[in-house]
Amino acid sequence: MTEFRRRQVRAGLAFISPWLIGLGVFLLYPIIASLYYSFCDYSVLDRARPVGVANYAELGSDKLFWKSLLNTLFYAAFSVPLGLCLALGLALLLNSGVRGLTIYRTIFFLPALVPMVALAVLWLWIFNGEYGVLNSFLSGLRVPAPGWLTDPAWSKPALVLLSLWGVGYAMVIFLAGLQEVPVHLYEAADLDGANWRHKLWHVTLPMISPVLLFNGIMGIIGSLQFFAIPYIMAPNGQPARSAYFYAMYLYDNAFLYLRMGYASAMAWILFLLILFLTLISLRLAARYVHYEAG
Amino acid sequence: MQAKSPLARVVVHAVLLCGSFLFLFPLFWMITTSLKPVEETMLTPPRWIPSVWRFDNYVQAVTYGSQALGYIPFFEYGKNTLLLCVLVVTGTVVSNALIAYGFARLEWPGRNALFGLTLATMMIPFPVLMVPMFVLFKHLGWVGTFRPLWVTAWFGSAFNIFLLRQFFLTIPRELSDAAVVDGCSEFQVFRHIILPLSRPALAVVALFSFLYTWNDFLGPLIYLNDQRMFTLSLGLQFYQSQAGGTEWHLLMAAATIVVLPIIVLFFFTQRTFIQGIAVTGMKG
Repeated sequence: MTEFRRRQVRAGLAFISPWLIGLGVFLLYPIIASLYYSFCDYSVLDRARPVGVANYAELGSDKLFWKSLLNTLFYAAFSVPLGLCLALGLALLLNSGVRGLTIYRTIFFLPALVPMVALAVLWLWIFNGEYGVLNSFLSGLRVPAPGWLTDPAWSKPALVLLSLWGVGYAMVIFLAGLQEVPVHLYEAADLDGANWRHKLWHVTLPMISPVLLFNGIMGIIGSLQFFAIPYIMAPNGQPARSAYFYAMYLYDNAFLYLRMGYASAMAWILFLLILFLTLISLRLAARYVHYEAG
Repeated sequence: MQAKSPLARVVVHAVLLCGSFLFLFPLFWMITTSLKPVEETMLTPPRWIPSVWRFDNYVQAVTYGSQALGYIPFFEYGKNTLLLCVLVVTGTVVSNALIAYGFARLEWPGRNALFGLTLATMMIPFPVLMVPMFVLFKHLGWVGTFRPLWVTAWFGSAFNIFLLRQFFLTIPRELSDAAVVDGCSEFQVFRHIILPLSRPALAVVALFSFLYTWNDFLGPLIYLNDQRMFTLSLGLQFYQSQAGGTEWHLLMAAATIVVLPIIVLFFFTQRTFIQGIAVTGMKG
């Protein structure tokens, strides 16, 4: 090895040394430990006691586990597609050459900045059954006002509605993607006599499909870990556990019931679910997503 | 895609204006509620603008219950949050810049494999790490201190390493090669050539880690148990659980105190912010 090369290796290892510790201690070790705990009975107070697949078997017949999982899938199934549509719709409008683009963009982005706890507290007030502004608005329109967070049938739709308020990040990403679409493609489509629907379907959507995929996967990962907002707005997932989400049950198992092994098993199932849904998205993407050469 | 006809333009503007109203209304409602006398929060139909502006609500909110037990010391929470933000932002920028330089600019055996592993760890959801991290910090005696909330920031994170590495790769090699020929050490190259040229990328990393720390709820919820050490987010939740359902004007004042600094920060850093988000999406 030349002196230059040796110097490079030494410097390289010196520069990344924080990461060797970070990766080892704060990622790889916890991953392995978590997998091990998931096969143990572990309360932190005592030693971890291996119990084989007992945790996983128990989850299979745990009603609350299934309830929280289904609640979470319901939330994801509505908030992700609706959020994508809204974010893309807003981005398309903003990209239509409209005046005041930066002002509109700021307005639609602002809610995404609101810290989750403040957001939860604010929407508790808006959804409030007695003095909530949403219901006084609805009754003004002579629309029957649902009980929102106090009605098991409406608590999840309320949370989906609230999630739409925070589409700002996805919108900004879409807008950046739209601005990259070469103008000459639209000009060529114009020459062929395409109307706006043709252009949307055959030019815009294929060209921004990688961004759509990115936002979609991010949305799925985020919504499956939905925690802070329901934890604050619907303590214990009340009413009737209708707003009890997967991450809440996981948190309760770990830190309320001190069932660390059981919680770890839940975490691994969540990981596999995320992996599975991501792989499905990527498979679909292989068929539909269009990547520009270069 | 352009809206060319005048009719299309009018429709676009009309939709955007309605949308703007819907998106701004909750924030408007938060602020106007925070300035109302308590009776006016409970009117049907609601009163949009308070008859008298009660700025005193903010004083009451930050000293809530100071005569009684369970005083909510919001100034204390603000100080705690800022302290954590400073520690996390500094650690994140310093550690990830160093690490990313090691990945982007230096040749060493196993580099690409380790980088691949680094990217793969981005797939791991936080709940998987949550339990063993808690156990680890418990054994270290760190539960109930700020340490679990900032120490990890000093050891790099996959996403920021990725972001900064991509940026460092775009800086021309000739610049650093010339410096090495002149006898600069790698650290001097990093410090005097790469860092000054990377300000925009470093600003994005700093901004997002600040925002993350300011907003974080789950971390403080797991690790902090002394009420005096709460962050603003955790403090607001605690406040809500204590006083929720009654004094909405004070709760909205407290919420405004948590939101406002972020909005002000956004207005000062808007370009960095928007570009940062756009880059995140395009690189993915």
